[in-house]
Amino acid sequence: MTDLGPLIPRNRAIHPEPYDPGYKTSVTRSPNLPLLSLESGPSEETGPAFGHGLIGALDNNLILNWTQGAAPAVGERILLHGRVLDENARPVRNTLVEIWQANAGGRYRHKKDSYFAPLDPNFGGCGRTLTDDEGRYEFLTIRPGAYPWPNRGNDWRPMHIHVSVFGHSFGQRLITQVYFEGDPLIAHCPIAATIKSRAQLDRLVAPLDLAHSRPQDYLAYKFDIVLRGRRQSMFENKLEGM
Amino acid sequence: MVQKLDILQETPSQTAGPYVHIGLMPSYTGNGQIFAQEVGVSPIEEGAEGEIIEIVGSVFDGTGWALRDALIESWQPDAKGRFAGQEGADPKVSGLCRFAADATSGEFTLRTIKPGAVRNRAGVMQAPHISLWIVSRGINIGLSTRIYFDDEDNSADPLLGRIEQSPRVETLIAKTEAPGRYRFNIRLQGTDETVFLDL
Repeated sequence: MTDLGPLIPRNRAIHPEPYDPGYKTSVTRSPNLPLLSLESGPSEETGPAFGHGLIGALDNNLILNWTQGAAPAVGERILLHGRVLDENARPVRNTLVEIWQANAGGRYRHKKDSYFAPLDPNFGGCGRTLTDDEGRYEFLTIRPGAYPWPNRGNDWRPMHIHVSVFGHSFGQRLITQVYFEGDPLIAHCPIAATIKSRAQLDRLVAPLDLAHSRPQDYLAYKFDIVLRGRRQSMFENKLEGM
Repeated sequence: MVQKLDILQETPSQTAGPYVHIGLMPSYTGNGQIFAQEVGVSPIEEGAEGEIIEIVGSVFDGTGWALRDALIESWQPDAKGRFAGQEGADPKVSGLCRFAADATSGEFTLRTIKPGAVRNRAGVMQAPHISLWIVSRGINIGLSTRIYFDDEDNSADPLLGRIEQSPRVETLIAKTEAPGRYRFNIRLQGTDETVFLDL
């Protein structure tokens, strides 16, 4: 294996604040003490590889995968697509992207979700895919509904899809959420507000992408993802065996 | 105007939320019909070389309550210290495991093999360890830490050596409960707070 260099340290200023009283659960679940920083090593620079044999034909089609194609889910049909790049703007190929979401009414298929909007018998709410050689991925799904959550007296999550990406090294591991262009709830959401810069938060907002929508079938939204890159310098020695 | 840096910024993190299992461990939520094969079910296959071990524990919040909705991923090399994909790595060790706190008790179990030692970039041998990544409701960016073992020599480990307050080193060391069985509790905040990493 070629040594691609250590991971570029995370710029934590662009990430959410771990302790944010507006998001009440974070108050008791955020460390008080500073993180320990160190240069990355093999434990962080290696990571799992996933074979194409893992992925079933409908795994990235949330409209059909719960019923294995027998009946489609109800809701606004959308294509969520984009590219996974690293900080050096290189495509991250053949990497696992996983998503999960509520149904069109804002209800999750999870025993702890007691919101009275009904489950859709034809919608499960999770999907996965591997990126192609250009780092591209796509999902066919329905646009999730907003839903209320017990935080402050009247908090509602904006429409969102959870996204999980592996990259090629365990130190790149990232989970985030995609919001939708024009949703007025984004500005009121304490979870979105854990990101302190509106410019950074806007990087999680997927624009409507009419050029990639399919007439008479589905609308498209674009969401590009950037993972940590590697620092490579001609001055730095290569490790034996890495 | 100075020159532009040709570097992109990492996508900001958001919490995995309370329903993370829907996406990452569907069968945990009873939604197992969705995929033929799930990711990270076990880090080892039958016949993996090395000592089979079990690590049990809980993730505690700042009040001492064990989280019921935490999801953890572990990443480790094989018994000889080689990661999946490296030359000579044990093909029966994928190295990745996804496991969750039990919805009733808050306890997790990781069944794996004891990892071999791996050198860091400077060529210094590190003590055997398993890397962890913890996500849940209320955790806005995944927390990284490591599990070391109380029956190994950890005295020269370069990461543990960087921890200024030596009592805090103990927060990264799994304690033997029985042969092949360790306890590793994670404390997110407060007394005996686990050392979390930025690397």
